[in-house]
Amino acid sequence: MSRQSNRTTDSKKMNSELFTLTYGALVTQLCKDYENDEEVNKQLDKMGYNIGVRLIEDFLARSSIGRCQDFRETADVIAKVAFKMYLGVTPSVTNWSPAGDEFSLILENNPLVDFVELPDNHSTLVYSNLLCGVLRGALEMVQMAVDVKFSQDTLRGDNVTEIRMKFIKRIEENLPAGDE
Amino acid sequence: MADEAPFQFLHHELIQYIYKTAENGEAENGRNITKLENMGFRVGQGLMERLTKETARFKDELDVMKFICKDFWTCVFKKQIDNLRTNHQGIYVLQDNKYRLLSQLSAGKQYLDLAPKYLAFTCGLVRGALSNLGVKSIVTAEVSIMPACKFQVMIQKM
Repeated sequence: MSRQSNRTTDSKKMNSELFTLTYGALVTQLCKDYENDEEVNKQLDKMGYNIGVRLIEDFLARSSIGRCQDFRETADVIAKVAFKMYLGVTPSVTNWSPAGDEFSLILENNPLVDFVELPDNHSTLVYSNLLCGVLRGALEMVQMAVDVKFSQDTLRGDNVTEIRMKFIKRIEENLPAGDE
Repeated sequence: MADEAPFQFLHHELIQYIYKTAENGEAENGRNITKLENMGFRVGQGLMERLTKETARFKDELDVMKFICKDFWTCVFKKQIDNLRTNHQGIYVLQDNKYRLLSQLSAGKQYLDLAPKYLAFTCGLVRGALSNLGVKSIVTAEVSIMPACKFQVMIQKM
């Protein structure tokens, strides 16, 4: 059958479209359920967090990457391995703060927003906010408390999509009381 | 994206979210299923639009169903439907012996009562996909032994 001929070539792309569309359906539902955009952002972040804490296990198991020595290495792994593996894109890492505890991920094209246009009445909606939650949740599981937020978004007219990540602290292993 | 893990996790969160927002009673349960199904419907429509961009026109209903079983299923679940049956009067049964979204759950009876949650979205997917090909239908699903799963498609005559 002729219609099967070019299936293998774009099956990867199709799969990313499934994800994109499903995510779109989710955001649509959230916008219906909640009155304001802030609540939607919060909910997306929460769901992302839940995904992140589970996704990190999948990631560590499959990438065989060990403990990161510093935040720079973490940044590299996130951009070059994790984003590539799960979203098929490689953001660039820039805008390091002098102290080396803050950097930006610049996404040329964000696969989550492939077919998306924001209506005017959702100006404060951070459409891809799920990603922030995912990053925060995943890093928390490897003992890093990090603050993640979108500082630029092409959906809202910026030239690029920028995720700003700030290292807060290393989470200490909690020993049970009385245990040395 | 080469990976299906994000979709699986997202799907799971979807279910969690829908069920957490309303945790009371049987009636609510039905509404949750409907919500999930409607989300799937929209996704199925969009997906079909993209998937059939360069395919030839379908000959008949059976041809459409074959497309669902082969191409559509491969696109969503990386495998084909294992068995397609029909009574030639508008009822089709699609059997998947290893349904992806259930394959992470125990194969025993332990979580059998949770299975419908994991089917609703896919029912919507199929219904949406069919609807975009001009076929109006009702799609239901059942699980008897995990992770095998049967989808029943009832075509509504226009």
